[in-house]
Parts: sequence; structure tokens; C-alpha cells
Amino acid sequence: MAMLLEVRDLTTRFHTLDGVVYAVNGISYTLEEGQTLGIVGESGCGKSVSVLSVMRLIPEPPGKIAAGQVIYRGQDLLKVDEAQMQQIRGKEIAMVFQDPMTSLNPVLTIGRQISEALMVHMGMSQEQAYQRTSELLDMVGIPQTADRYTNYPHQFSGGMRQRVMIAMALACMPSILIADEPTTALDVTIQAQIIDLVKTLRDRLGMAVIWITHDLGIIAGLAEKVIVMYAGFIVERGNVDDIYDDPRHPYTLALLKSLPRVDRSSKERLATIPGLPPDLLGLPPGCPFTTRCAYVVERCHQENPRLEPAGLGHEVACWVDVTTGRER
Amino acid sequence: MTQYIIRRLLQAIPLLFVISLILFVLMRNAGDPLATMGGRHLTRPDDRARLSRQLGLDKPIYMQYLYWLIGNDWTKMDVDGDGIPETPGTRRGILRGEFGTSLITRGKPVLKIIWERLPNTLILMITAEAIIVVFSVVIGVYSALRQYSLMDHMVTTVSFVGYSMPIFFIALVSMYIFAVNFKKWGLPYLPTVGMFDPQTGKTSAQVALHMVLPVFSMSFTSIAGYSRFVRATMLEVMSEDYIRTARAKGLPNYMILFIHALKNASLPLVTIVGLDIPMLLGGAVVTERIFAWPGMGRLFLDHVSRADTPVVMGILMLISVAVVVFQLITDITYAWLDPRIRYT
Amino acid sequence: METTVENVAANVLDEFEIPPLSPRELVWRRFRRHKMAVAGIFIIIFLILYSVGGAFFLSESYANHTDTSKRLQPPSAEHPFGTDTVGRDILARTIYGGQISLLIGLFAVAVETIVGVLIGAIAGYRGGLTDSILMRFTEAMFNIPQLFLLLVMAKFFAGKIPTIQLLGRTFSGSVIVIIFILGLTSWMYLARIVRADFLSLKEREFILAARTIGTSNLEIIVQHILPNSMAPIIVSATLGVASAILVEAYISFLGLGVQPPTATWGNMLDGAYNYIDSAPWLWIFPGILIVLTVLAINFVGDGLRDALDPRTLTE
Repeated sequence: MAMLLEVRDLTTRFHTLDGVVYAVNGISYTLEEGQTLGIVGESGCGKSVSVLSVMRLIPEPPGKIAAGQVIYRGQDLLKVDEAQMQQIRGKEIAMVFQDPMTSLNPVLTIGRQISEALMVHMGMSQEQAYQRTSELLDMVGIPQTADRYTNYPHQFSGGMRQRVMIAMALACMPSILIADEPTTALDVTIQAQIIDLVKTLRDRLGMAVIWITHDLGIIAGLAEKVIVMYAGFIVERGNVDDIYDDPRHPYTLALLKSLPRVDRSSKERLATIPGLPPDLLGLPPGCPFTTRCAYVVERCHQENPRLEPAGLGHEVACWVDVTTGRER
Repeated sequence: MTQYIIRRLLQAIPLLFVISLILFVLMRNAGDPLATMGGRHLTRPDDRARLSRQLGLDKPIYMQYLYWLIGNDWTKMDVDGDGIPETPGTRRGILRGEFGTSLITRGKPVLKIIWERLPNTLILMITAEAIIVVFSVVIGVYSALRQYSLMDHMVTTVSFVGYSMPIFFIALVSMYIFAVNFKKWGLPYLPTVGMFDPQTGKTSAQVALHMVLPVFSMSFTSIAGYSRFVRATMLEVMSEDYIRTARAKGLPNYMILFIHALKNASLPLVTIVGLDIPMLLGGAVVTERIFAWPGMGRLFLDHVSRADTPVVMGILMLISVAVVVFQLITDITYAWLDPRIRYT
Repeated sequence: METTVENVAANVLDEFEIPPLSPRELVWRRFRRHKMAVAGIFIIIFLILYSVGGAFFLSESYANHTDTSKRLQPPSAEHPFGTDTVGRDILARTIYGGQISLLIGLFAVAVETIVGVLIGAIAGYRGGLTDSILMRFTEAMFNIPQLFLLLVMAKFFAGKIPTIQLLGRTFSGSVIVIIFILGLTSWMYLARIVRADFLSLKEREFILAARTIGTSNLEIIVQHILPNSMAPIIVSATLGVASAILVEAYISFLGLGVQPPTATWGNMLDGAYNYIDSAPWLWIFPGILIVLTVLAINFVGDGLRDALDPRTLTE
């Protein structure tokens, strides 16, 4: 199958008043047509920044994409000019954001916000865009009231707004949909609805999806491949079964352990990961997870491990073999 | 939306009454009407008593306020001061449009005096306001887009200094440069006195020419202040999530700027512009004095310094009403522009 | 020793212990970063030295000494700023004028702050009918343009207060009048802010707690709520001084402010536009001094506002 997207050594930094923030540190991954990739990690690990870098939506001061390549259908997006990038955004690669209330323009109707992409990218007329918008609203499950096109974002509930965001993103039938924690701000029942919606639409339209979340529970039913990120590095990657059944990185292990489970006794304490996420202003040499790792050895403090194979299509960046507890 | 308008209108009415009350109290306590009216002949207590009855000053204060508001032609007044009300009054009161007569110009109705000068001030103010809005937005947006550039820093510095200058200083400086020194250097220079050159007559071109320096003085400070405000608002708006979404949709830059950003940024600007009217009026007073512009500000100044209470109070009442009306218009415009208010 | 989860936690605590900065230290650091604010402070210090220190070199009687034979002289060695229309030395007048202008600014703000905080606090704390009435009143005052109101009040209260002798100096009664009417027409904005603060703060839990243990209303207002809304009050007061100095300049310029012979920077400009081409020194020097003062205060106020921004203080 054709390689739709290939990210190589993507590195993004922010130059702030307090110093340089190393947000994304040389990550690489691939995405095939129609494939679903999950990016997992806690807040601040760089997952959002990495996909914003793919879309080149990083504000240039203070941010800077320092190195790497983002090859979409054979073209390096980091090298094209802004006008070409605007052609790709919304049309080929679309994005859904976390907070639908602040991500929708409060003074424009939702109908307008959906149809403007259609008019700009597909050259539709006002009439045609209106038609298509109605279809899209039906597709995402917005009830067919007479004035839904002219309603404003604040007149909808959170779940409905997220559906509008999805309709906006899918308007031009993109090849890749990037969903940056789209359900984190919603409550659990709505969460399930939105996930189902995306799955249905994905299957119907055959698009590739990159889904970002900190919740490992969601990824299982959604993604085929998974990337686990920590402090701007990829610490483990593989297909979803490998990650869940055979986790190899101490961080992944800890994440899985901390998931509350229905089948465990309610008297057990929830496992947590001790310590705090690292300060991206000053990363120490060596593995960034050392201060919180249960398997840490001397070498971890000195050298940052790179991704090494640990099975078919499964890679992990760790000096220790967690199955044996000994150094590799 | 209509509900909102009606609600605001209903709120404005008591406000106007409170204002009129404050002004009335001020007027009554601020001077001795007997002294202004009677001149030097008021030494005998009998005379004072008679005069005070004639002027209705012996009545309780709320009655005086009532008469001032709605006149006294519906009741009998004590015109000859003997303590017995016999003659029907002649005043119609503020609410019915009668503001009394001027103490200086021998019985000329206050409204007529004001009306003669009002248009002149309006020309200045409307032009100044238009220029302020246009320039503030243009400069503010430009600075926001070119943040931290040299131009931005220069504009910020000039704005800060300009914002700290009193209007008369700018007026004097601009007079000095553009009128006096231009004349010395043989350049075409701008006029500094009055509305038109008496020899050429009151043509539009003359008025326009004479308007340049006054309008410039009036708008400079405001532009300095508001361009910074627009800049800050734009920066805030541009960092909002929905702008990021608009970019993620691949919309062209002009669309993001003018439709997504500006529409949001203009909301606070509307409120500010509405609040600017009282300041502009104040600026008009100073500017009209310096440039000898025959407007309401100058009228006010002349009549205040000569303690012509009816005219002064008339002007005060009128401009306060104007301010309230303008606030109303501003609020309604804001509600009309912001769908979040419109639909709740 | 084997690295277990437990002793990792202990190590982590040692490594990440940074003593937190007290709020005051935080405020000072951020203020210093604002270089313009620091420049502003220096300028203000200079101006105070100029007005106060200058008085040691040139006496007030010298500033008011008229000598029409020497009128309208350009700047010279004897009169570095020139002389005015009745032969008074402009440099001396700017010194004493500075004292008055600054004095008026400070005291007017004092009046304004007291009135504004009082009204805002009562309205915000009491709520209900008191609040409604006070706010109607505030709004009504707010809607009357300040300059007009001031001119009327200045004119009508003009002769009421006699000249006073204080500390060996004569002050025209109009100074007191100006101070009060300035203060009485500028409090509205502050009252609104204070009221909003009080309205939101009085519902907070620590207020409820204080009330439960029987703290009196006055104590609650003064000890608990007021310190928390200090930031906008301080900023408003600082910027208010600039505003007061400006407005005083306006009304003095229009001839209805401080009356001669007492000098202020504003009344020195009165009539100066008649001599705009022949004697620019009449208005350039006092004008520049006004601009400098207001500018410096605006810098400082801006810096204060950034430094005291509650959003970043609670981080």
C-alpha cells in the first residue's frame, strides 16, 4: 500500500523568555492510506505540537520546526511555500481540535464556517456549498432543524459542537484526519458517540486517521498502530495488539497499569506514576524517564536510548528488557 | 433583540432623570440666583423675600425641580411677590423643550443660542471620530500583524508619547509647525483661526481647510491611545483557538484577517468608541478656544466665565443626554454585532 | 540498593525542590523587567527633585515677581527659560508650578480613591437596593462629560475658599477647590471596578469562613476583601495622578483653574497661543514638563499593571 505520510526526524523547538523548550525531538513514523494511528502520551509530551508541526501551524516566533521532513504523497511539506500549504490544509489534511467551544468562531454561523472551506477549496458556489453543508450536517448527526445552518456555536451543546468540527474537517474529503484529543473535553457518553461517529465516517470515506489522546482506553478499539510519546521522544511503537499485550517500555507499562479496570477489586489502590513530567526547558542527557522509572540502571542517566526492534513491527527505546528486568 | 433594546431604553430613562437631578442640585447650590438677578440692590430683607417669592425660590426644592422639569404654566405663580399666587406661569420646562433665556444676551432663548453653534461642533466631532476609528484600526491591525518589527516599536513609542500629551500642547505644536513655521519657510500653511477666511467667504473648501489643524489636534491623542488598544485586541484575537482552526482549514490570509479576526476584534472597539464621545466633547472645548472655532465648546466657555446659568445648564443637560443616547446606540450596536448577546 | 518505586520518589523530591518566590518578590522581578517603568520612576524622581529642590535656589516671591520692563524676553543666561507676559521668570514659575501641579495630582487622586473605594465597596458588599441606587448615581455622574462639569464647578465655587498660608507659602484657595472637584468627578471608574471586585469576592469561601467565626463586616471589608482588590486600586490611583495633572492643566489653561499669581504648568499656557510665533518659550517649557510627567506616570502605571496582573500572580 502506498505510503501516504512519512515523518522523519521531526524536531520542533520554542524559543521563550525562559529558555529553549525542546518540545519535539526527532520523531519519525509512517502512515498508510486508510490506516489509523494513535499517538499516546501525557499532557505536555509533545503529541499536539508534533501534529501541529505536520500541519505547519506552529507560530513562527517563538516556535520553530528545527529539523526533519514531513513527506506527504511524495512532497516534503516543510519545504513548500505557504500558499501551497494552504491548499493542503483543510483539503488534503484536516484537523479536529480539543475544545469545540473555543475552536469555533463565536460570531460566525456554523453553516458559514463549514461552507467557507467548500467555497475556498472546491470552488463551490454559495448554493452548492449550502447543499453540501446540509449533507455533511446530516452525516455527522446534527438534527435537521430549519435554522441549523444559521445557528451560532454557543447555541449548541458540547457534543454537537464537536460534530460540527468534524463536519468542517471532512467537508473536502481529506485523505488524513488528525484528531487532537477531540473527546477529552466531553463527558463519557458523548465521548463514545463521537468515537463511533469518527469510526463510521472513516470506514465510509476510507481516510487515514491520526488520533491523539492521553487515554489508552480509547485507542484499543480505534487504532491499528500506536506511538507512545514521552518528553518529545517516541519511546515505543507498534501495532495496537503489541502495545496492549506485550508492552516493552516502562512508561507504557506504567500507563497500562494506571488504567482503572472494571475487573479488578475496588479495594485496590489506583496505580500512579510517581514524580512529575520533565521540564522541557532543560532536558538532562540520558533517558528523560529516568526520574520516574522503576527499571532504571546506570546507563539510563548517561545515554538516551534509541528505538530498537523488539518484535515484528514493534520497537522500543529502552536500555532495559522489562521482561527480564536486566540490561539489554 | 427587540427585548434588549426596550430594556436598555427603559434603563436609560431613570438615568436621565438622575442626571437632571444632579445638574439641578448643582445649579441651585452653585451660585446665588438672587445675586445674579437682582444686582446690587438686594440689601433689604424685604426685597430679598419678595424676589425669592417672585422667582419661586421659597418653594420646597422638589417643587422647584418639578417646575424646572415640566414648567409652571399649568399652575399659578406669585409674580408680584406678595405671597399670593395669582398669575399662571410662563415656563414650559425642560422636558417640553424650554431651557429658559440667557442672562447675558438679554432674553435670547437658550436653545436658539445653542442651536446656532451646535452644527459647527458637530462637524468637528464627526470628522474627528471618523478619522480616529479609521486610523486606529489601520495602525492597530498593522502593528499587531507586524509585531516586534521596527515599525511596530516606533508606533508604540509614538503612541505612548502622544497619549500623554494634553490636546492643547499638540494643538500648539501643530500650530507652531504647520502654520507659523510653514509660513516662515514659505510653504503653504494652514489657517489657525475660525471657520473660514472672512474675505473668501464660507465655502466648503475654506471650512475644510480650517478644519485640518483642529481635527488633527483632537484626533491625535485618541488615535495614539486606541491604536494600542486595537493592537492588543488583535493580538489577543489572533491567538485564539478559532483562528488556529481557520488556518487549519487552509483559508487564505485575507479571509482569516478580515472575516474571522476583525469581526471579533471590532466588538470591544465599538464600546470604546462609544465611551469616547464625552472625551471628544471635552477636547472640543479646548480646541475651539485655541483655534477660535465658533462652536458649542467655546460657547460654553464664554457663558461659564460669565456665570450665565441657563445657557450653561442647558448645554450641560443637552450633552449629557447626547452621551446617554450615544451609549444606548453603542450598546445596541454591540448586541447586534455579537450573536451571543443577540440570541440570549 | 535496588531502585524501587518508593525510593525513586524520595530522590525526586530532593532534586525538584525550588524555594517558591513570595508574591512581592515576583511582582518586583516582573516590574524590573519592564524597563520603561523603571525609566518612568527615574523621570518622576527627577521631576520631584526639580520642583522641590529648585525651591531652594529660587524663592516663590521671585517666581511671582513681575517686571513689565522685562516682559517676553527669550531664554538667556539670566532667565534660562525666558520671561512671560508680565516679566516673570519662567524657570522659577515652572519650579513652583510643578509643585502645585504635582500636589494637585496627588491630593485629587487621594480624594478620588477614597470616594471611589467607599462607594464601590458599599455598593458591592451590600448589594441589593443600596447597590442599585449607588450604581445609578455612579452611572449618571459618569455620563456627564468631566471637563464641562469641572468648568461649571470651578467657576461657581471659585471665590468660596480664601487663600491660605501654609508652611510659609501662600496657596490660592482655588487649589483646594480644584483638588476637591477633580477628585469628586473622577471616582466613578474606580467605584465600578471596586464594586465588581467586592461582588465577586464576597461570595468566596474564605469570606464565608470569616463570617462564621463572627468577624464584623468592617473587619471583613478592611482585612480580607480590600487587600485582595488592591491591585486595580493601585493601578487606577497611579494612572489617576497622570489624569488629574492633565485635567488640571486643561482647566487652568482655560482660565478657570488655579488662579494667578499661583503658578501651575497649566495656567502658564493660558493665552500662550496668542504669542505662538513671537514667544514659543512661553508654552514649550511648561508643555514639555507636563508631557514628561504624564508620560513617566503612564510608564509606571503600565508597568504596575503588568506586574500586578492577578492572572499571573496566582501561578
